[in-house]
Amino acid sequence: MQTKRPFILIEDDEVDILSVMRAFKELNIPNKIEVVKNGQEALEYLENVKTIKPSLILLDLNMPKMNGIEFLKQIKANDKLKSIPIVVLTTSSNNVDINKSFENSVAGYIVKPMDFTSFKEVIRKVYDYWQTCELPD
Amino acid sequence: MRSKKPILLIEDDLIDVMTVNRVFDELNIKNDIIHKQNGEEAIKYLQSNNHESPCIILLDLNMPVMNGIEFLEEAKNDDELKKIPVIVLTTSNDERDVAESYELGAAGYMIKTAEYRDFVSTIKEIESYWTLSELPD
Repeated sequence: MQTKRPFILIEDDEVDILSVMRAFKELNIPNKIEVVKNGQEALEYLENVKTIKPSLILLDLNMPKMNGIEFLKQIKANDKLKSIPIVVLTTSSNNVDINKSFENSVAGYIVKPMDFTSFKEVIRKVYDYWQTCELPD
Repeated sequence: MRSKKPILLIEDDLIDVMTVNRVFDELNIKNDIIHKQNGEEAIKYLQSNNHESPCIILLDLNMPVMNGIEFLEEAKNDDELKKIPVIVLTTSNDERDVAESYELGAAGYMIKTAEYRDFVSTIKEIESYWTLSELPD
């Protein structure tokens, strides 16, 4: 990822938000993380003209208001936003969630490990992959 | 990769096909490689009754008959095929190719380098990420 554009984290759980922040910090990932609490907030944020288009979206699935799958359907139907790669980051290893996410063109589906060391390793691998990838403008 | 299912390689350049095979051997990646020469052959194969469903698709863009972008359009319009992650692997760093690929739901876009060691790193990155990520049925 030759871009320094921010990541968006769509996550409602405070503890999970903190562990993503901590992992980014410890791994010295320079990209900023913008946090939004659910799919609806994320869409409002992304549709704001002042928003810098993110390089990548990290998406939790179980959230109030608009959940992850509902968010995916909305964003993939939006011509301006559908090119942003979305990686699901969730505790759910449910097959239905996995299949539905891939049917809606996610670019990865990661089950969050419980302990922080493993979680940090997960974030490192996700970052490395997207660092190697070209990304849309 | 996380799955034991084969990988579908859509590539018209036979030297590149040999290189991918060689890198898979070198990195000890166990997944079989099914090779198709262009998008049309790949779609025909994937829609046939006796095909083996691949866990991921590695897709070249510049191919005769049906190119990579046309393949993505077809695959993402097919309810059965649209959930298979497609990673673009190409020499093109044209911004339009990058944008169009992601708009059509590509799950990564990697540049093929002429340098063999760099190519090994690229495949290693793909293997590491798609071992971490869950995959659809």
